[in-house]
Amino acid sequence: MSSDNGSQATFRVKAGLAEMLKGGVIMDVVTPDEAKIAEDAGACAVMALERVPSDIRRDGGVARMSDPEMIRGIKEAVSIPVMAKARIGHFVEAQLLEALDIDYIDESEVLTPADEANHIDKYPFKIPFVCGATNLGEALRRIGEGAAMIRSKGEAGTGDIVEAVRHLRQIRSEVRALQGMEHDELYAAAKNLQAPLPLVQDVAANGKLPVVMFSAGGVATPADAALMMQLGAEGVFVGSGIFKSADPAKRAAAIVEATTHFADPERVLNASFGLGEAMSSIESRKLDESELLAQRGW
Amino acid sequence: MTQPTGTIGILALQGGFEAHAKLLTGLGANVREVRTAADLAGISGLVLPGGESTTMMLGIERESLAAPLAEFVGSGLPVLATCAGMIILDDAHLNVLNVSCDRNAYGGQVHSFEADITVDGAGDDAFRGVFIRAPRLTRTGADVETLATHDGVPVAVREDRVFAMSFHPELTDDDRIHRIFLEMVPVTNVTDINRKKAA
Repeated sequence: MSSDNGSQATFRVKAGLAEMLKGGVIMDVVTPDEAKIAEDAGACAVMALERVPSDIRRDGGVARMSDPEMIRGIKEAVSIPVMAKARIGHFVEAQLLEALDIDYIDESEVLTPADEANHIDKYPFKIPFVCGATNLGEALRRIGEGAAMIRSKGEAGTGDIVEAVRHLRQIRSEVRALQGMEHDELYAAAKNLQAPLPLVQDVAANGKLPVVMFSAGGVATPADAALMMQLGAEGVFVGSGIFKSADPAKRAAAIVEATTHFADPERVLNASFGLGEAMSSIESRKLDESELLAQRGW
Repeated sequence: MTQPTGTIGILALQGGFEAHAKLLTGLGANVREVRTAADLAGISGLVLPGGESTTMMLGIERESLAAPLAEFVGSGLPVLATCAGMIILDDAHLNVLNVSCDRNAYGGQVHSFEADITVDGAGDDAFRGVFIRAPRLTRTGADVETLATHDGVPVAVREDRVFAMSFHPELTDDDRIHRIFLEMVPVTNVTDINRKKAA
């Protein structure tokens, strides 16, 4: 084999960054100051966006990729990886984010979808993508399109953990079902999941997704983060939960600590004292069908 | 190869600790995730994985792990540090490895890459180096041996029994570096190390 002196943007390099984020907390931030607070509290990455999901919910209207000026400001403020969101199917927003030299693109249901049939073809991009999923078929379709990281969706901007739990449990139980199948049953399983067969076979053989899976959508307390970790998430995204709370710096550090020590109730308890008010929340079940963000994407 | 006799601790505050655990377990090692100083008790080798060095240093402060980690490195038991793990050991952080690092010097994720490199002591076959937002070694002290270079820059070094590298051997199936690390675990005789260095 001839020596190869360098290839960029291989799938291993893309999925490898997600490996390095494991066990960490990725925090939504809307200003360079918030980004700095997040970094100083121990975030392993920040998600740069214009409005956190709870504000997007309140304000309504079309939610788009953030102002590049704002994203650049956040990038300059911190040394940890910076992620930013593009609308589902809006490959030009993704091209702009790549040109901005950010580290990860979230093709996100929190923004208003730009294409109701197709997600972005993620393979041609040098920047890796993370995508949301509510079940295993959706996760594997995203990976089939080139996503290098998955997050269970939850219901963003609610502060209600119930949907995050539902989605993570759904994905994990579907993975276990595949593990119990005979090899010749996986063809029908792939058909039922509407997912690429080689990925279905990979999950059946390894008992996990072929990429890192975080949990998102509804984490508001250290206990919420530890819950998702104990349920099998490999890290957590926290959106509105930090900067919509009374004491963001303290709550951010507490959620980081609870994510590291998720299996130790004493440590999670210690992290939970004196955090002040959590974000103001909405019960997911009381939302109108049309207000559910998790149903965007397919 | 020699079977390691003890347990390998893997710093698990945040980062790529599971990939190291998988490779080491595959080689027959017992591993333990290290999140507190108490977790360091009785281990006979230590892995400092990649991840975010800022996040990991904050965790090290929160857990008061700086002194116990430095003490472990000073004990002469083997240490394997990859990417952010190497930054943690450098002269600007725990200062237990005589090197300086420029963090993220290769640029953001778009500049992350893979390349074939030759690692001294790991045979003639190229090793696939996976560099992710990698730190660049800008200075290596007199006692630090360079094991591999890429584009003329050191990317893997060794000082006594501390191995440190800019890339991620744990993200490949190639376990040669982890074997070299494990082979050091039962060795307690300094002559042995000098013989290996001379070889």
